[in-house]
This record gives sequence, C-alpha cells and structure tokens, in this order.
Amino acid sequence: MITDDDIENLANLARISVTDEEKHALAKDLEAILAYVSDIKDAASAVGVDEKKIGILKNVMREDGPSHEKGIYTEAILREVPQKEGGYVKVKKILS
Amino acid sequence: MKIDTDNLTVASAMRHLRAGDFSARELTEAYLKNIEERDRDIHAYLEIFDDAIEFARAADVKIKKGEAGVLAGIPMAVKDNMLVEGKYATAASKILKNYRSTYDATAVKKIKDAGAVMLGRTNMDEFAMGSSTESSAYGITRNPRDESRVPGGSSGGSAAAVSMGGVLAALGSDTGGSIRQPASFCGVVGLKPTYGSVSRHGLIAMASSLDQIGPLAKTVEDAELVFNVIKGFDRYDSTSFPEDMYHAKNAQVAAGKHTIGIPADFLSVGGIDAQVLESFNRSVGALKDAGNEIREIALPHAKHALAAYYIIMPAEVSANLARFDGVRYGLYNSGADLATDYASTRARGFGDEVRRRILLGTYVLSSGYYDSYYGTANIVRDMVASDFRDAFKIVDVIAVPTAPTFAFKIGEKNNNPLQMYLEDIFTVPANIAGIPAISIPSGSIEINTKLIPIGMQFMAPHLREDILFAIGKDVEAVRS
Repeated sequence: MITDDDIENLANLARISVTDEEKHALAKDLEAILAYVSDIKDAASAVGVDEKKIGILKNVMREDGPSHEKGIYTEAILREVPQKEGGYVKVKKILS
Repeated sequence: MKIDTDNLTVASAMRHLRAGDFSARELTEAYLKNIEERDRDIHAYLEIFDDAIEFARAADVKIKKGEAGVLAGIPMAVKDNMLVEGKYATAASKILKNYRSTYDATAVKKIKDAGAVMLGRTNMDEFAMGSSTESSAYGITRNPRDESRVPGGSSGGSAAAVSMGGVLAALGSDTGGSIRQPASFCGVVGLKPTYGSVSRHGLIAMASSLDQIGPLAKTVEDAELVFNVIKGFDRYDSTSFPEDMYHAKNAQVAAGKHTIGIPADFLSVGGIDAQVLESFNRSVGALKDAGNEIREIALPHAKHALAAYYIIMPAEVSANLARFDGVRYGLYNSGADLATDYASTRARGFGDEVRRRILLGTYVLSSGYYDSYYGTANIVRDMVASDFRDAFKIVDVIAVPTAPTFAFKIGEKNNNPLQMYLEDIFTVPANIAGIPAISIPSGSIEINTKLIPIGMQFMAPHLREDILFAIGKDVEAVRS
C-alpha cells in the first residue's frame, strides 16, 4: 500500500514538489505499477541462491587525467547557465 | 527530372544525385514542400532548421567535385533528444525549453560528416518516456496513415516524418521499443542496433544501460546504409564497441536461407490483438514458403522482461534526470532557498509521466527495497539474456510481432500508465539482453477505408545486424 505520505517522502528524495492532489494520483499509479513489477520476485526465487549474481554490466572508466585544455569550453557551457556571475555558475547560499 | 518523393528511397536518391538527375537543393526543397503541405496536420516536426538549404548547397558542391560522402544530399531528421550544435534540443520537455546544444552528438556528427542535409528535429514523448508521442510538452503527433490514431512512440515524430514523405530517413532512440513500435505503427522500417554499436554521446540519457540510437527509414536497405554511417567506436562513449568486433562477426555469412525461431510460449502471454497475431502468422508462413526453416523455441523468462524493465529503467531515469535542477541549463524557477529552487524547477519542468518514473525509480532504489526490486530485476535480466543465448544455439533469428496492437486511437491509453507500458512487451527483451532487433512492415488491417500498418520484429545475436538486414530484405521480397 502506497500512501500519500510515502509519495511526499519520495518527492522530497527526488527533489520535486507535489501538490496534495498530485500525491493522491501518483500513489494510485505507483501502487498499480508496483503490483505488476512484483511478479519478478517469483521468477527470480526459482533460481538457486548460488546462481544469483547481480549486474552483468560493468562501468568502463577512462584514464584519470585532463581530457582537454583548461577553459576552452567555458564560454559555450556558461551560455546555457540560467544564473551566472563572473565566469561562475551562481546558486543560492546554503550556509548562513 | 521530376522528384517523386512517394517512391524515392535513400539508395535511389543517392544514385540520382550522383547521376545529376536532380540536385541536393532541389531534393531538399521537395521535402520542405511536403512538410509544408502535411505537417500542419501531422506535427512530426518540432522545428525545421532554417539552414537546411545551406546543408544542401554544401552537399551539391561536394557531389560536383566527386568528394561526396555516403549520405551526401540526403535529407534527414533527428529526434529531439539528440544534440545538434547550435540548435535547440528539448527532449520534448518544458525543462529544456530554451536549451541550445553546445556540441553535436556523435551519431549526428557522423551523418553530417557523411553529407546528410539536416532538415529538422522531430517530436517525441517527453524524455522518450511513452509509446504514443502523446506525452510531448509541445503537442501530439498524428499517424500519417490515419490521423485519428497515434504514431507510436517515443520516436513517433521520426516515424511519422518518414511515413508522411517529410524526410528520407531519421534517427530515433530505443530504450524499450521506442524505434521499433512507432516504425510498426507508421509502416516504416526501424532498427534498434546492438547495445554499444552506436555511440550514445550527445543523446539525452533516459536509461543508460538500455538506450541505443538507430535509424528509421522506408526500406531495409536504407536503414542499413544509415546504420553503417552511425555505428562505430567513440572515445566519448566507453560502452561503444571497438571496430574489430564487427569485422570478426561479419566474416560469418548472413545470406541464404535462415532458421527462424518462434517463441510460442512468449507469444501466448502478450495480450496480443487477434488481427496482429493472424498477420504475424501469415508473414511467418510466407517466409517458410520462401525456403526458410521455422522452428518453435522457448524463451521461458521473456515474459518477465517487461516487469524487470519497469524497475531497471525508472531506477536509471531517477539518477539520470537528477541533473535537471535549474542550475546548469534549461528552466530555472526561483524559490525561497536552493532546495526550493530545485523542487519548484523540477515540478514546473517535468510532465506527469516523467515525474511518475522518477518517483518509481526513487522507490525501487530506496533503502529496504533495493534488493527486492532492483537486485531481483538484474537477476531476471541475466535470465532473459541467457534464454537468448540458448535459443541462438539452434536458430539464426527470432521473430515476434513488434507490438501487441496496431496504432491505437489518440487518447485511448492516456489515462492508464500500465496499459501503455504493455505496448513494450515484445520489444523490451532485446533491450534487456542488448541484442539487435528490427521492425519491418509486414501487413495491414483495413479499418474505415484506411490501411493501418502492422510490423513484425526480428531479433539476432549481438553484433549480427547483418542477419536482420538479410531476413528483412526477404520479408520485403515476399510482400512485393
């Protein structure tokens, strides 16, 4: 059972504000979807514990080091930044 | 000569351009005229690039000098989730409304370098989340074969653009069926390549372990031509394959007759429309008559692939879409403090389906649920991949319908997310296993004097797109 409080909690984690009305609709949708996807638990429990290996995919990392000359993309990137000042991305103060 | 866009393909246009029968400029103008006539009703495009003619002029110069690339002068469109330098790229979301691409996606750069004329960017479901192109923040796209129906999705704009004669070929992206299902609905060919064969650099990420860029075109030959241009290793995508892996595989011969596997157990669980199944069986029969061997196979875990997908995909969505917070690009909404900036920007910028998937992903990754959902889904993913490995020991290729339905009515599934998700039942297994799959037009149903297309799908082992092209050409041959 997904409650409106659960949705509120998830929305906080995901940093999306939701109205009370939206919470209700989202709770109903998520409950239906979770009921459907829970079907995999039966499928996986048929596999022996020894065979359980999580994740066939691995991240491939490049060598650590500078990938390009410093500053060559700054202007192009800053052009898209909503709030900026003196070559920096600007955000509100988080420590007072 | 007169340009007959109804019957033109990428391959035939290339021949005419090289023979000097018409110029790239004339060809581009012919497509722009088609768009002007039809796109007011269809709305396949979000934007027609104002410099399309410039691309054509440059292609004409190269063709004259004999320096033409493979796609020189060929009008192409790009789904709105791929970056084209200097152009808007919104992923059909309000959160990226005014975002201009700072660089070219690798696949885009490759078609540009090959001389393609960049015609415009096509509509899609917001952030590629949907199966009908109804979740676009910029309005719906209609199916050119019947305007009361959806074009499929999420690459619905790309499929409709090709289908209405608004472009020769287009790029789409496929995370769970987003190239193949709209191809099926609009009566065109759509290829989802092997995971890792086409670079994802510059594709706005949805679920990174599943996303793959591929072509939509009128014929299998055209899809193959475009695929050969966009594939290849890219140092900006660490999951892209080194070139020599394809060379080794392509030494094996794909031509001749094939053994086609039909997973009867999987077909029976799909909630499949009776007319779609009947059309599929007829196509399989025709391939048998043409000399291919048909074998029944089992894919015992494929029926769980969709459930695993709707855990893995939202989990990756919730992580990938965390970057849209109003700080570095796109929409910014100012609140009382930084946390409210984030929350209010995301609430205003994301549509319903995107929010739903972000919250679902947050749920399955949260402490206490991680193992039972995300962990279990990854076990199922291994099991599905293993089913395919076993099946490909005895068959060359596996055939299933592309989607359980033909194009449905606009609004029909809009209020029931789960109903919409079931559209992906036959396409998701290829993404889960990372194998290539293609949708080919294979029949149609007549409803109210309109011919509604139906597609059939083939899946092949990793890196064996060559088999898909060979069998796809067989399907085209038996139909004509």
